[in-house]
Amino acid sequence: MYTIGINFMLTTSLLIFFIGLSGLTVTRKNILVTLMAIELMLLAANLNFVAFSLYLDDLSGQIFVLFILTISATESVVGLALITAYFRLKGSIVFERIK
Amino acid sequence: MYTLIILLPLISACFAGLFGKTLGFKGSSIFSTICLSIVLLISCIVFYEVSVNNCCVYIKLTSWVDSGALNINWGFLFDSLTITMCFIISFISFLVHLYSTEYMSHDPHLPRFMSYLSLFTFFMLILVTADNFVQMFVGWEGVGLCSFLLINFWYTRIQANKAAIKAMIINRIGDFGLVIGILLIFVNYKTLDYATVFALTPLLKEKTTNFLNLNLNLLTVIGIFLFIGVIGKSAQLGLHTWLPDAMEGPTPVSALIHAATMVTAGVFLLGRCSPIYEFTEDLLKYVVFLGSITCFFAATVGLLQNDLKKVIAYSTCSQLGYMVFVCGLSHYEVGVFHLANHAFFKALLFLGAGSVIHAILDEQDMRKMGGLKNLLPFTYSTMVIGSLALIGFPFLTGFYSKDLILEVAFSKYDCSGYLSYSFGTISAFLTTFYSTRLLFLAFLSNTNGYKPVIENACDSSYQISTVLGILAVPSIFIGFFFKDMLVGWGSCFWGNAIYNSPETANVVDSEFIPGFYKLLPIVFSLFVLICSFYLYTYSSKFLFKLKISSLGKKIYNFLNKKWFFDKIYNEYIGQFFFHFSFSVSYKIVDRGIIEILGPTGLSHFIKKISLGLHKIQTRYMYHYLFVMLAGVSFFLSIRQFWSVLGETFDYRIAFIFFLQFFFLFLSHGKKN
Repeated sequence: MYTIGINFMLTTSLLIFFIGLSGLTVTRKNILVTLMAIELMLLAANLNFVAFSLYLDDLSGQIFVLFILTISATESVVGLALITAYFRLKGSIVFERIK
Repeated sequence: MYTLIILLPLISACFAGLFGKTLGFKGSSIFSTICLSIVLLISCIVFYEVSVNNCCVYIKLTSWVDSGALNINWGFLFDSLTITMCFIISFISFLVHLYSTEYMSHDPHLPRFMSYLSLFTFFMLILVTADNFVQMFVGWEGVGLCSFLLINFWYTRIQANKAAIKAMIINRIGDFGLVIGILLIFVNYKTLDYATVFALTPLLKEKTTNFLNLNLNLLTVIGIFLFIGVIGKSAQLGLHTWLPDAMEGPTPVSALIHAATMVTAGVFLLGRCSPIYEFTEDLLKYVVFLGSITCFFAATVGLLQNDLKKVIAYSTCSQLGYMVFVCGLSHYEVGVFHLANHAFFKALLFLGAGSVIHAILDEQDMRKMGGLKNLLPFTYSTMVIGSLALIGFPFLTGFYSKDLILEVAFSKYDCSGYLSYSFGTISAFLTTFYSTRLLFLAFLSNTNGYKPVIENACDSSYQISTVLGILAVPSIFIGFFFKDMLVGWGSCFWGNAIYNSPETANVVDSEFIPGFYKLLPIVFSLFVLICSFYLYTYSSKFLFKLKISSLGKKIYNFLNKKWFFDKIYNEYIGQFFFHFSFSVSYKIVDRGIIEILGPTGLSHFIKKISLGLHKIQTRYMYHYLFVMLAGVSFFLSIRQFWSVLGETFDYRIAFIFFLQFFFLFLSHGKKN
């Protein structure tokens, strides 16, 4: 059976997390990209939880993942709603204008 | 009865000062004069009891400071030195009170004046009757305060204000020395009682003390600092400038403070501390030197002053020089004897001068007087008696003490003895000359005054004449009567009050000095007296020519301007301190360092920082995000690297960084 080491998983999730982080800081135009970057960071955290849950043979990690998925879904819903509302008001969603 | 001597002047001061309005002018002056007359009466009785019957009295009223090793009592010690001073003070003070009732009768603040005079007497009595150094210091400061109040009595005059401040400050310099001396005594003896200190002194003869990192003999250091106090209070050279300026006060004040009592406190202190000074031979030489220089200096300056009171003030200074140098020659009893004699005739001179000034509408310039002999015959005769006593005319009071001083100076047979003898003798000639000049210019010469003034001049009435008459008697006789008792060979008058070490006693030697040197001062003084009388009467043109010759002008200027002491003090020391206090302590320290580090700088700094922090908030979302990221990573890395950093990081460095930031921000702010 082909197994993946815990280190590989952790490095991967860290990389994904940093990609999300850099997307968050570097993006200046598109607010949708920001939301996506936040989603990416949450997913990286989820991946980490899953990896540790398997490694430590502990179920609570996976329960946490379910909770985080729920919360991230609601959060992106609220975020998108806010963006929609904002777009109605201002007619654009360029990030730089949001102060 | 003994404490009544001290309490009565205080009561008088309180009543005249607090209830002056109720008591009225007459009431307050009569009340205080009666109080002082009772004091005089008591002190006569006490004088008989303490010094004639030889029984010292010690009264402990109550404990004052009681903390650990420091025990200070309100105690009163009446021995022969104290009671001699007490008698002089109460006698002069009573007469001055009596004199002031008429002299100041038209002054709107007469009760206040009486109150100050009584308060002064109270403090002076505290000074002389104290049994420890701290209580003595109470009196010492108190008389300084009262002299401030009295010099400044006519407080609307700027000159009086300045003179009073000067007197206070210059006295304070001396007091500073005295305080250090007292502290040194306490540190080394662990007590401040006279009795204990003087009993312990021989034990500490060899002890050294560390002062300013120098190991010096303890007694010498104490002696030096006590002597600085003496210099200030007794107006010795260096700190003498306040005394002539203090003539701005009313004339009775000058008589009381600057002739008879306050300035004698220094000589009293020398006599009182004789057990300490007897073990400091080197210091005594310096005391002799300073005393004789003062004596000479003041006599030369007195020669060419034109203010009636200033001449007498300088003669006081000169006579104090005699007293101090004879104390330096270890003849404290002779010093106190001269002090006693001087008190009477100098008070007479001052009060006589007051009478003259009163008669001619407060004119003090001698050049505008003259010809008062026939107008003020009584004042003239008393002034002649006073002046002759001051000169040391044979068989008057001054003769007995001054001649004795010069004799014991000559019989010292060392450098300091000869120095003081020669200075003392020259000063005796000069004294003769300026006394004659004073009498001549004021009384004998043709009049220079204005006609309306001269027409109205007449002798003062009852109180002033009575006082002058009473003072003339001791000025003639007291030296003769008390010489054998006070300084006579084998007299046990002083008992333990004054200590003379066997090595320095040369009473016998003074009887065997060559007749020439014994007679020199007196014969030459008489010669100068006749000469100056002749010069002023018959050849005043010669004197005038002498004065306007080129060398004469320079000498006249030099002496008339008091050796330029005031000029030097004002221009170099005074200006320096004014400059220092403005540009260094005010501008650099107060407004500079303290303000930059303190209120202004700190608030600016905080403001700057908060503005900077405010600017970080750009309202761009991605900037916030970046700061968040940076912050998180910073804290994470600190957490990780703490084990390494914690070893080397020092909190104190943070302070330096803080200061650096501080100045960085400030300098940055200035450019903006």
